[in-house]
This record gives sequence, structure tokens and C-alpha cells, in this order.
Amino acid sequence: MENIISLTNISKTFGNKKVLDNITFQPQNGKIIGLIGPSGAGKSTIIKVLLGMEIADSGSAKVFGKTMPNRQLLSRIGYMAQSDALYGQLTAQENLEFYAEMLKISKQEQQKQIAKVAKIVDLTESLNIKADDYSGGMKRRLSLAIAMLGDKDLLILDEPTVGIDPALRIKIWKELTAMKNQGKTILVTTHQMDEAELVDEVAILHDGKIIAMDTPDVLKMKYEADSIEQVFLKAEGED
Amino acid sequence: MRAWAISKRVTKELLRDKRSLALMFLAPILILSLMKVVFNSNSTIDVNIATVNVNSSLVKQMDDQKHVSAKKYSTKKSADKALKDQKVDSIIQYKNNEYYATYANNDPSKTSAVKMTLKSSMSAVGIKSMQEQIITMKSMLPESVQSNMPANSNGSQVKIHNSYIYGDGNTSFFDKIIPILMGFFVFFFVFLISGMALLKERTTGTLDRLLATPVKRSEIVFGYMLSYGMLAVFQTLVIVLFTILVLQVQVIGNILLLLLVNLVFALVALAFGLLMSTFARSEFQLMQFIPLIVVPQIFFSGLIPLDNMASWVRYISYIIPLNYAGNAMSGIVLSGNGLVSILPDIGILLIFLVVLVTLNIQGLKRYRKV
Repeated sequence: MENIISLTNISKTFGNKKVLDNITFQPQNGKIIGLIGPSGAGKSTIIKVLLGMEIADSGSAKVFGKTMPNRQLLSRIGYMAQSDALYGQLTAQENLEFYAEMLKISKQEQQKQIAKVAKIVDLTESLNIKADDYSGGMKRRLSLAIAMLGDKDLLILDEPTVGIDPALRIKIWKELTAMKNQGKTILVTTHQMDEAELVDEVAILHDGKIIAMDTPDVLKMKYEADSIEQVFLKAEGED
Repeated sequence: MRAWAISKRVTKELLRDKRSLALMFLAPILILSLMKVVFNSNSTIDVNIATVNVNSSLVKQMDDQKHVSAKKYSTKKSADKALKDQKVDSIIQYKNNEYYATYANNDPSKTSAVKMTLKSSMSAVGIKSMQEQIITMKSMLPESVQSNMPANSNGSQVKIHNSYIYGDGNTSFFDKIIPILMGFFVFFFVFLISGMALLKERTTGTLDRLLATPVKRSEIVFGYMLSYGMLAVFQTLVIVLFTILVLQVQVIGNILLLLLVNLVFALVALAFGLLMSTFARSEFQLMQFIPLIVVPQIFFSGLIPLDNMASWVRYISYIIPLNYAGNAMSGIVLSGNGLVSILPDIGILLIFLVVLVTLNIQGLKRYRKV
């Protein structure tokens, strides 16, 4: 079967800075893939290319076997941005309804799905509160819930657990794992190295290049490290 | 329908932002009320004239006119002093069979008022002396001829009856500018608030997130147009009803046509605001467009007659949307123009609209490539 995410020889330059340098990234389907790297390494640009917000200068970017940008495909991709990106004057319920409308989910199905995603992120009790009145963690969770709407095959989550307390973080990771077990592919960027241990495959991004990519255990063996954090430091040192 | 969902969302956000809402509805009412007071008090000009060595009947004729007071001064010197002390606005001196007028001219409208007074009084005095001469001449004619002449020719006043197509004798400058002001308010507030709204979507990241859904770029623009179109109709209704019921301004034409013009114009303003917001990186940068783009519109809006301007200035006015909206609305309010006569203006506004909307839909490509 074809890879759901398939970037081949992608390069992208902004001004005179080469943000992505001949990247090939074809993770396995049905896994949680972690993308780690310092800020400015090109994580966000990879996401933008995958969503069709940017076009690579060279190389091919395919999602679900189709070349991006492709508007229709976006209904199969759930996206959670780094910023919370919520409509502050609207309640959580209204935010969710709005994005459900954008996905053209039928009215009855909307309520079912909203109830489901709200339960996952533990916001069922607070759905009628304005997003502006949410705490930072609640905003993050609502943002994640929006990305989960529409039962998508591919989730792209940019720093999904920043500002979320540990108990809920474990819960969210459990849910991501459950979604993976249903056959969904999940791409997660993160700064938190302990989270990188939880993914099936880690890609380490440095200066616009993927300098290492494998399962966390294999990477740790390869770099003779105890944690992904050490792997990251060693890989970065070698580069 | 996604456009409908977007317009519902934009409207909801607007309705919950009480301050902006108040700005859109109360600010025009406040400004219009103030303008009404200010312009009405200014509509009469009182002038004081100093006369030196001028025939008493002319002085009396001038003094008898409304809002004019003419006073004799014995010497030019004392009159000069009065002029300098701003006790009088001008001096009229009779010397060597000629009149010499000196004006303070710190208020040109007073200068022209004095000029008019002098002219009309001189001709009035002239007519009076002619009438006196005719009567004298008539009395010298033989009886038989005198009896054949119309009896009432001895200076009886001819009455003038005034009637007005628009308003009445008290119609002031305010009435003339109100249609243009209506258009300006709609333009200004829709431009500002819609520009801010899209800018906020960009800076908070909701635009990116929205574009990460399968929404079409055109659906976003149409969604905004729907909600702001409705809002502009309400705003116009409030302004129109207020000006008619409270400010007692007469609207000859159809109010529905007025709403139509304002709706189209508001959509132009919206498309303009959305477009400009893509050139601004912050709220403050968007505000910087106000003196550059919004204020100059006033000069070409028809508040100041364009016919007397240099031709190149008139060419600029062709690309100013407010010019067309103001023209159409003045026509409806002041002359009772119907749909047919405002169609050219509406047509041009629609061309503006199509061009701006197309630019906006294309412009969103910056944030998503399809």
C-alpha cells in the first residue's frame, strides 16, 4: 500500500534561507510519527507543505497518493495548529459546530461527534463557555478536539500537548494510541522528548534535514543512548 | 452551505462585541446630530458695515436688509479703526463719484455678503429714484395721456412667490451633505470593522486553521459579504430613520432604493477592507490606511462640487467609490431619482465590487495554494 504521507526530495527556500533541504519523508501508515527538532528546523514548513499552504520549490509532496495542494483532501486531514486559533467570542460548542459545518458533517452527526471529541479532551462540562474564558490548557484541548472532528484518516498535530497537565496528557496519548489502533495515521511535532518515547517512529529534524528516523528503541540503540533526548543531542552533535 | 456558516459565525462574533456594535450604530447618530446643530447655526451671516461719506438713502437701504447693520462714520480714519478693532467687517467709502470698499476678509463668506448687500442696495436705490423720476415725468404729461396709463405703475411692490422642489426655505447645507454622509459612515465603519475582523483571523491563526479545512477561498469571502451586507442594511436603516424622524431631513425618493445603494456600497467597503487588511501586519497598520484611503474619499465624494475642479482632479474622482454612491444617494434624497436614473452609479459600484472580490479570493492564495 502506498504511504499516506510521502514527501520526496522536498526543498523549500524562504528569501535566502533554505528551510527544507532535499527532504524525503515517507513514514509508515497507521502509526504515530513524532517529528522533533529545535524551532526553525523546518517542522512547521513540513506541515504547511503537507496541508498545501506552501508549495515546495522542488520535489513531490503527496498525501493519500495525491499531489498537494489539493483542497478536497483536506477533509481527510485533521490539523491542530501551534497557536490555539479559536474564535474567542464563541462558546466551545459553537467553535466545534463551526468547524463541523466546514467539513459538511450533517446536523445529527455533528452533535454525536462533538459529544465524542469533547469527552476525549474532557470538556463535556464546559462546552457552553466562551473560548476566551477558557484557561490555556482548556484552549489547547478544545483545539485538539476540533482537529479530531470528522473521523479523519490523518491527523497532523503541531505541539498538541503544550500547556496540558500531565494526567490529561496521558489521557490524550492513550486516545491517540486508540485512534492509531483504528488504523489512523498521526503526525505529531513536539518539543517534549519524553513524549517522543511514546511514538512509533521518530524523525529528528535539524537545519532542514532529517538526520535520523526510526523507532525510538532502534534509535536509542544506534546512538547508545538511554533516552530520545540523548539521541537528539548526539545526532545533532554529529550533524 | 459553508459561506452561510461563516456568515453566521462572523455575525455572532460581531453581535457579541458590544463596543464595535455601538460604534457602528451610535457613532453615526452622534456625529449627524452634532453636524445638524453646527451647520444650522452657521447658515446666517451677520455683517456690520461702516460707511463714510455715503448717501443716507443707500445707508438706510443697506441697514434695512436682514442680518446687515450699516452705520455712518464721519471720517475714513475712525472707520479704519473700527475695522481694525473688528467692530465692522467692511468699509464703504464714497469718493470722487466712486465707491471704495475695504474688506476685513478674515471670513470670505462675510465679504461676499457685503458685496451682495452693496450691489442690491445700490440697484434698489437706483430703481427708487427712477420711479420717482417717472412719477414726476408722468405728472408733466397731459391729463388725457395720464388716464390711459396703468394706475398701479407708481412703485407698488411686485410680490415673489417661492416654492421648493426639495425641502423649504430653511433647507441648509446639512441637508445637502446628509446623503453623502450616510454613504461615508457605511463605508468607514464597514471598512474598519471588516478589515479588523479578517486581520484578527490572520493574527490569531484561525484563518490558517479555516484554510486547513476543505473550505473554498470564495466561500470565506462570500461568508463575510453576507454578514456585513446585512449589518450595513441595518446600519443604513438606523441612520435613515434617525435623519428622517429626529433630524427632520426630507427624503424625496424611495427609502428602499437608498438601502439598495448602501448595501452595494457596503459590500464594496467590505471587499476593500478585506483587501487592505492583507497589506497590514497589525491593527495599527490597518489604521494607517484611514488617512491614506478613507479620508481622501470625502474630497471626491461630491461634498465639494467637482465641476469647478481641474480636469485631472476629476479623473481621480472616477476611481473613488464614494463619488458614485454619493451621487446616487443625493439623487434619491434630493431629487427623488428612481431606480433607472441611479442604475449607472450602481453598475459602476458593482464593477468595483466584482474586481475587489476577485482580488480578495486570489489574495487568499497567499495562505493556501488552492
